[in-house]
Parts: sequence; structure tokens; C-alpha cells
Amino acid sequence: MSVDPSAKQNETTQEHGHPHPKHELSYHAKRIYAIRELLLEKGVVTREDIQAQIDYQEARSPANGARLVARAWVDPKFKARLLADPKAACAEMGIDATSLNEFVVLENSEKVRHMVVCTLCSCYPRPILGRPPDWYKSFNYRARAVNDPRGVMREFGQELGADIEVRVHDSTADIRYLVLPLRPPGTEGMSGEELAKLVTRDSMIGVVDALPALPGSRKNA
Amino acid sequence: MPRGHHDIGGTTRDAGPIDRTEHQLEDWEILADAVNQALGARGIKRTDELRRAREEMDSELYRSLSYYERWGASMENILIEKKILTREEVDRKVAEFEKKWGEP
Amino acid sequence: MSESSGRFKPGDRVRVRAEDRPGHIRTPFYIRGKSGWVERVYGEFLNPESLAYGRDGLPKRPLYLVGFRQAEVWEKYETAPKDKLYIDIYEHWLEPA
Repeated sequence: MSVDPSAKQNETTQEHGHPHPKHELSYHAKRIYAIRELLLEKGVVTREDIQAQIDYQEARSPANGARLVARAWVDPKFKARLLADPKAACAEMGIDATSLNEFVVLENSEKVRHMVVCTLCSCYPRPILGRPPDWYKSFNYRARAVNDPRGVMREFGQELGADIEVRVHDSTADIRYLVLPLRPPGTEGMSGEELAKLVTRDSMIGVVDALPALPGSRKNA
Repeated sequence: MPRGHHDIGGTTRDAGPIDRTEHQLEDWEILADAVNQALGARGIKRTDELRRAREEMDSELYRSLSYYERWGASMENILIEKKILTREEVDRKVAEFEKKWGEP
Repeated sequence: MSESSGRFKPGDRVRVRAEDRPGHIRTPFYIRGKSGWVERVYGEFLNPESLAYGRDGLPKRPLYLVGFRQAEVWEKYETAPKDKLYIDIYEHWLEPA
């Protein structure tokens, strides 16, 4: 993400030379800029505060979660630590989860699949996965995840048999959940780095399994 | 007490297909996110308060605004409630920007 | 997380209060009045229903992971008898079942 636009604007003394992306801004978008400016003028927050938050969030992405999952797949002791004390396991991997109040990892198995939603709001493990995708915040997902999880999974391309147990978590409080998807078959011998590519964001929300092994990456299958 | 407009788990109104289109965040959305987090980091507001403000919004407005528009509107209301700024100040600042950016 | 506090322990049957009151509430409408079991005790947390109004959130409230059988929550749920729903619920929204 580019830096805070008004920071640029101030560096160039006047409004000359500052880009004009704001022409098409909605009523509410304009108010965001106004609020930001007022908060700066009043000294409530600083430009550095705002930029630090932009940088923080830009550094978060599903790749962090994928590293956790891939390591858990290849290292049973790490998996045990990840399930028992997820924040400590994150710290071990250089992932800063300290801003999470509580962090819980839900382990999928052949017989059990977990799926996470926040029906009241759109709570999401942002320090681990970054900002949530639009669909996660949509009214339709929030409404349907709790009473039609299998239908939701079907829309995401996954059909589960009735013998598999689906566990939906509605995260209403301070606990943030990450799904530890099942390791796909045929991935024996793949490196952690290769495995991490199979761990999609959606598989850590739990609406689908991890990607199947790519034919070319099968080693000892 | 009718259920809140945010409390939509299992409701039939939203039982339709999930739109999986994703959009690249615009600058103002990233800004809304960052200003909000910066206020939190300074201990000026809590997410719980913003959630309450979103729940207190007009229901039609809640349904019609985009995600970060809802964040912005709730942030503005909480800042006004805390007497950190006023509606008029925000209005004036918007007018100032519109003039500067060459808008009516 | 401290797991010592709270009146319920894992395995206890609980019912979600059917209470209907104004204000910021963290117990979804759809689960009120339903019965389940305590799956896990998360410890004590500041009460968001107080924090939401700029108050201090005290006293802290025990938080539980409560499990429900999907077939018992919804009138129409597709035939998958093992499916479950788990919700984080604060103690003041629970009563023994």
C-alpha cells in the first residue's frame, strides 16, 4: 500500500502535485479523510500512528497462517505446541500474535471439519491472516455459515459426506480461531515451503480443505 | 425487542448465494482501517464501542453501507460521543476538502 | 488463560438465557433458549457488554465454549446428525439445564 496520501500532500507544500484520487469518493469516504485530518489537528493521533497501523496490517497475510499449518504438518511436536499454546507457537515462527486476546487453533481430521464465522460482526484473526476477504464479511456468509455450513462449502466447491462431522464456530467474543486443515494425501516428502502453497486462506477459515497435491510436486507418492 | 440488524445468524433474508468477488481495498478504506486501529492503540476507543455504534445505526443505513463505510460512520459517532470532535467540524472539513479538490 | 473460575465445568449441560433486552449483546439471537454443553472453559474476560458503553468491563465474566447439536438448534437442518455448532458465551447468559 502506498503511504498515507495526506502525508504526501504535506510534503509537497500545497495541493499542487498531489494526486486527485478523491474525485469519486463517496460521502462516507470523504468523511474518513475529514476525521483523519481533524484527529491530526487535535493531536489525538499522529501521522506516524496511522502509518504504523497501515504497515502492520500490510505485513499480515494468509502466508503467515500457511507457514504455521505447513510446519504443523511436517513436525508433530510443533503441531502439539500450536494446538496447546498457539501464541507461543506463532512467536516461535516469528509471527506476532501478541495483539490477539486469545488464539485457538482447530484441528481438522478425516472425520471432522471446522468452519469459522462471526455472525454478529466480522471478527477474524487479522494478526495472523491479514484483513478478512469480502465474502467473510458479507451478510450472506454471516447468516448462512451457522445453519447451512454444508451448503456454504458446496458453493466453495466442496461436498462432504454425512459421515463427516461439521463443527461451526461462531466467534462472538475475544477468541480468534484458525482452522488447521487436513494435510492433503499424496504430499509425503514435500517440503514445508511446497506444502505452504497448498494452504489457502479459505482452508484456514474452514470453508474448504487445503488444495490437493499438484501432480508435479508429488515425490514419494 | 426485535433482533438487531447486525444479529443475522440463520436469517432467511440473507440466505442467498455468497458473493465471492473480492475487491482491492481503496486508499480511503485502508485509511479507515488504520485510523480506527490507531485510535485503539492510543486507548481512545474500543472495538466493542464501535460495534455498539454500528448496532445503533439506522437499520437501512447499516444494510446499505459498505463494510468500511460502516466503520467510518461508527468511528465518527463514537468520536462525537466522546466529545473529541463534532459533526459540524467533520462537515466543515469535508466542505473544505471539496473546495480544495475542485468539487461543488 | 485461567481455567479455574466460573460455575460451570466441561461437560455441564447449560441453557442459553432466552432474555431479550436492548443494548450491546454478544449472545446471538438464534441461540437464545437453546440447550447445549460446556465444551471448554476459556477463563475470565472483561465484559464487552459493558466495554461497549465506555465502561470498565468489570467484573470480568467467565467465558465458555458451548457446544450445540445442529439438529437441536434449527428446525430444518440437513441430514447430518453429527454436525455441531460452537459458540463463545459469557456466563451471565447461561443457566444450568
